Amino acid sequence: MTKLLEWLFAVSLVGVAWGLVTFDLLDFQFPAVYREVAWPMPVYLLVVFGCYSLATVGYRVATFNDCEEAARELQGQIQEAKEDLKKKGLKI
Amino acid sequence: MASGKGNKKKQEDSDKYSVLLPTYNERENLPLIVWLLVKYFGESGYNYEIIVIDDGSPDGTLQIAEQLQKIYGHDKIVLRPRPKKLGLGTAYIHGIKHATGNFIIIMDADLSHHPKFIPQFIEKQKEGGYDLISGTRYRGDGGVYGWDLRRKLISRGANFITQVLLRPGASDLTGSFRLYKKNVLESLVERCVSKGYVFQMEMIVRARQLGYTIGEVPISFVDRVYGESKLGGNEIVSFLKGLLTLFATT
Ligand SMILES: Nc1nc2c(ncn2[C@@H]2O[C@H](COP(=O)(O)OP(=O)(O)OP(=O)(O)O)[C@@H](O)[C@H]2O)c(=O)[nH]1
Ligand SMILES: [Mg+2]
Repeated sequence: MTKLLEWLFAVSLVGVAWGLVTFDLLDFQFPAVYREVAWPMPVYLLVVFGCYSLATVGYRVATFNDCEEAARELQGQIQEAKEDLKKKGLKI
Repeated sequence: MASGKGNKKKQEDSDKYSVLLPTYNERENLPLIVWLLVKYFGESGYNYEIIVIDDGSPDGTLQIAEQLQKIYGHDKIVLRPRPKKLGLGTAYIHGIKHATGNFIIIMDADLSHHPKFIPQFIEKQKEGGYDLISGTRYRGDGGVYGWDLRRKLISRGANFITQVLLRPGASDLTGSFRLYKKNVLESLVERCVSKGYVFQMEMIVRARQLGYTIGEVPISFVDRVYGESKLGGNEIVSFLKGLLTLFATT
């Protein structure tokens, strides 16, 4: 099953569950409060997911390591390499 | 420089590591990356070869590579040039054909991937018997240097979307600093059709799909110092296209 199908499957499951409660498709006679909670649920979920995404990406951007030390080490090694290669007879 | 201790310890080790270095206009970087590779392989004592796949670089990268071959020997530096620029994906395929090692290391020649991590890749692989080891900028001590906020945001954002949609079981999908068992790489390369960044992503997604085991090692990615970078606006578009293709087909 491709990822696309997995997603479609999951989304339709949620959709069916939502439809069942909100419109009482199978005539379960749910109390009215069920429907009130259920009908805005997709929007809630989207908002929650959006907030989660923004927070996660924001946090990860803020904590993305800056490898100053690695850059400095590399600069030093570049100098060392250039001198050594010159000695070994490399002509650029 | 070379520590005799390391050399002796690994002499009976029959594993050989072929490093594939695709180059296009890397005359300044190539000698430096080769020097670093020789240094770290020398210190750790593993058996290796460096395969340079130059695509007819107009800046004379190949002439530099020939000089390096004279300095370090034909057994260590192997040249497999192609007459014109044919792209990264086919450069790997071309390199694999000529590789004599049972492991293959793929890395950029532009010094953004530091050879000091290779011994860590190898140890990690031996530790867990992994089919592939992927360097990751997004975990542990991994990170980047020389990226502004915008680039970090794009990178993290793209990575997040990809993680959500594909759940690939690896944290760095677009990085291209990896170690593969040779047969694993061969079977993956055969299956992968994407280009550019998406190629690296497809490799790891398909690896997971085929049940290969993946180990990760944090790496620091230092942006290229010399030469031209090719990151543009249409990179993002082609990345998204590739992502959706993988989403629909894997
Ligand atoms: N043989 C060959 N090598 C290539 C080709 N295109 C890129 N390369 C090499 O592949 C490596 C990665 O390419 P880069 O230009 O660094 O691409 P990048 O890392 O995505 O982007 P920047 O580092 O920002 O430039 C480098 O070693 C290049 O020299 C190609 O068509 N043929
Ligand atoms: Mg690069």
